[in-house]
Amino acid sequence: MTGYTYTVFIILIPLVMFLVTGLMGMKWKPIVSGILGTIGMGTSWALSLITAASYFFGGHHAEGFQTIIPFEMKWLQFTDTLIIKMGILLDPISVMMLVVITTISFMVHLYSIGYMHGETGFARFFAFLSLFTFSMLGLVIATNIFQMYIFWELVGVSSFLLIGFYYQKPSAVAASKKAFIVTRFADLGFLIGILILSFVTGTFDFGKLTEPGTAIFGSAASMSFMGISAMTWAMILIFIGGAGKSAMFPLHIWLPDAMEGPTPVSALIHAATMVVAGVFLVARMFPVIHFQAPAAQEIIGYVGGFTSLFAAVIAITQYDIKRVLAFSTLSQLGYMMLALGVSGYGGEEGLGYMASMFHLFTHAMFKALLFLGAGSIIHAVHSNYMYDMGGLRKYLPITHITFLIACLTIAGVPFLSGFFSKDEILVAALHHNKLLFAIEFIVAGLTAFYMFRLYFTVFWGKDRHYHHTPHESPLVMTLPLMFLAVASVFAGYIPFHHLVTSDKVGFVTEMNYMVAIPSVLIGLLGIAVAWILYKKESDVPAKLAAKFGMLYTATYNKFYFDEIYLFVTRKIIFNYISRPIAWFDRHIIDGFMVGIGLVTEKVSYQIKGMQSGQLQHYAFMFVAGTLALALSMIYFLM
Amino acid sequence: MIQGIPLEHFLIVSTIMFFIGVCGFIIRRNLITMLMAIELILNSVNINFVVFNRYLYPDQLQGQFFSLFIVGIAAAEASVAIALIINIYRKMQNIEVENVNELKF
Repeated sequence: MTGYTYTVFIILIPLVMFLVTGLMGMKWKPIVSGILGTIGMGTSWALSLITAASYFFGGHHAEGFQTIIPFEMKWLQFTDTLIIKMGILLDPISVMMLVVITTISFMVHLYSIGYMHGETGFARFFAFLSLFTFSMLGLVIATNIFQMYIFWELVGVSSFLLIGFYYQKPSAVAASKKAFIVTRFADLGFLIGILILSFVTGTFDFGKLTEPGTAIFGSAASMSFMGISAMTWAMILIFIGGAGKSAMFPLHIWLPDAMEGPTPVSALIHAATMVVAGVFLVARMFPVIHFQAPAAQEIIGYVGGFTSLFAAVIAITQYDIKRVLAFSTLSQLGYMMLALGVSGYGGEEGLGYMASMFHLFTHAMFKALLFLGAGSIIHAVHSNYMYDMGGLRKYLPITHITFLIACLTIAGVPFLSGFFSKDEILVAALHHNKLLFAIEFIVAGLTAFYMFRLYFTVFWGKDRHYHHTPHESPLVMTLPLMFLAVASVFAGYIPFHHLVTSDKVGFVTEMNYMVAIPSVLIGLLGIAVAWILYKKESDVPAKLAAKFGMLYTATYNKFYFDEIYLFVTRKIIFNYISRPIAWFDRHIIDGFMVGIGLVTEKVSYQIKGMQSGQLQHYAFMFVAGTLALALSMIYFLM
Repeated sequence: MIQGIPLEHFLIVSTIMFFIGVCGFIIRRNLITMLMAIELILNSVNINFVVFNRYLYPDQLQGQFFSLFIVGIAAAEASVAIALIINIYRKMQNIEVENVNELKF
């Protein structure tokens, strides 16, 4: 089982590309870095596809897929037992993630050549894209939780760099800072969780942690804190890290603001790859969470369900096209978390797990497509706002068709990929928790409604006054759109239930018409309502908004969560905690140190006259001192 | 030749020489004179070495050799000091020790 050594190159190529374009990019023509980065990414993509093909379809997997570690080295050895390793772990979810990341990343690289054309910092952009891809790949193939944590932070840094790509723009700087601080705050929970987990189990390795029926949790049962067992604490804390990256409520506030970054970045990082890192983390730790900390799994399910509803409601009222998509992403991530929350382990019980990974895959395709399509629209009309758009279907035919496909996919229209994955999630939810099922059912309708509100407003309705006639994007931008549209349509036919399952053994699923038909109907209902309200421009939506009054305003302002956070941080934490601490630091700690300095200075002024420069004074002092010493020794010792 | 002279006499002479040297070093202003005072201090020490050697360990020679070393080092030291004094004289046109105080605070 060592035929996978070439997987090392999948992650090394982006690293090399980052170093090369980052260090040399300034000296070349900008386009060279773009092409170089794209070729490198294409190579990684090809290697990932080869890996996936030979892993999933080469050989027999009747008794389940093996976990393969083609490469591992000791990175830091503290003691005989405390060793941090770096390596590559191939199992169904990591191979699937390799494919997702390299596919989307390659498409985004290609697209960016067109989208970022002529921007200052073109080479820097591609260097950061490569850095991000490298860290994300390192995250998913991590063999142990510590390696994952290292790459987890690298991903956070590269996200920070890319959100703040337009660093002259104050809003972009603020957004990147916000994203970094919020996720970093969550990562603190992750780190503490890792420490508790490794303290209890004595290992970092995923292999040992997730082995079924393992004995390493033997001592965990007796440990508890505040009436909750140590493992539950560890899993909740690790989930907080995942929730920060995946922007789960209440740590969701950074994701909408992160849309300040260039649109391809939003597609790559904030729709398809980085934000699913939290879902991936939960999936990676799934056996531990499921068997050792069922309470944590409950929490994950409810947080996911609430986030999906909450974000879908906000998405209805937003006017910034990218923010609608951002809230839609939040909502879909909520779906995935919820599916993990309601999943069992093994066989058909593990339907939620499989559905979550399935939805992760299809969502990556259609959400990246939506973002790239939005980028194409923004490229054409130079505005982010829906009220600056209308009637664009004539000007942007390819974008229009691909965007429509993506909207249909996310709305769950039958036989497109979103339909299959969403349906599996709903079935899993129905089996385990009726309340969560009801929430998801409503969200399915809301999703269809807000996506088609966006679609009809942008592509139908009246023409706006454009500065120049909008024109279709160049081929280098539409090619990724077309590829992703095809992927969105057909990704649903991948037999995920044979490939990616909780216990790595395939099982058989059947279409559950009791769930599928109502969910399609509510999706169609959402589309129909959007059709009536937004196909032709009318004042009905405005009247409805006025009718809801307060509720509408609250939703439009995202339920004031940003304001609440600002209030808590600025007014309460800054005033009552930070300022006293700062005062203590400035006056007590600094005062003490400054005092020492002042006393020394004052004393030295007093005695500096003794250094007169007169040799004979010194000699006299010396002799007098020696005599005094000698006399005192005689007096005291004799 | 020194039979019959007790050790204390030598020590008294060397102590007097030592303190004359110390007083000269502290009191005199002329650098050359201070140099001579240092020579007095060194030579008082030499006397001590030789006398202790002769009275306490008559069959050994370490003390005498030490005094020879001191004579040699005193010569070297005198040559360095004289060179410094000449430079000071060139700079200041005199060799008063009070004028050499440029390295104070």
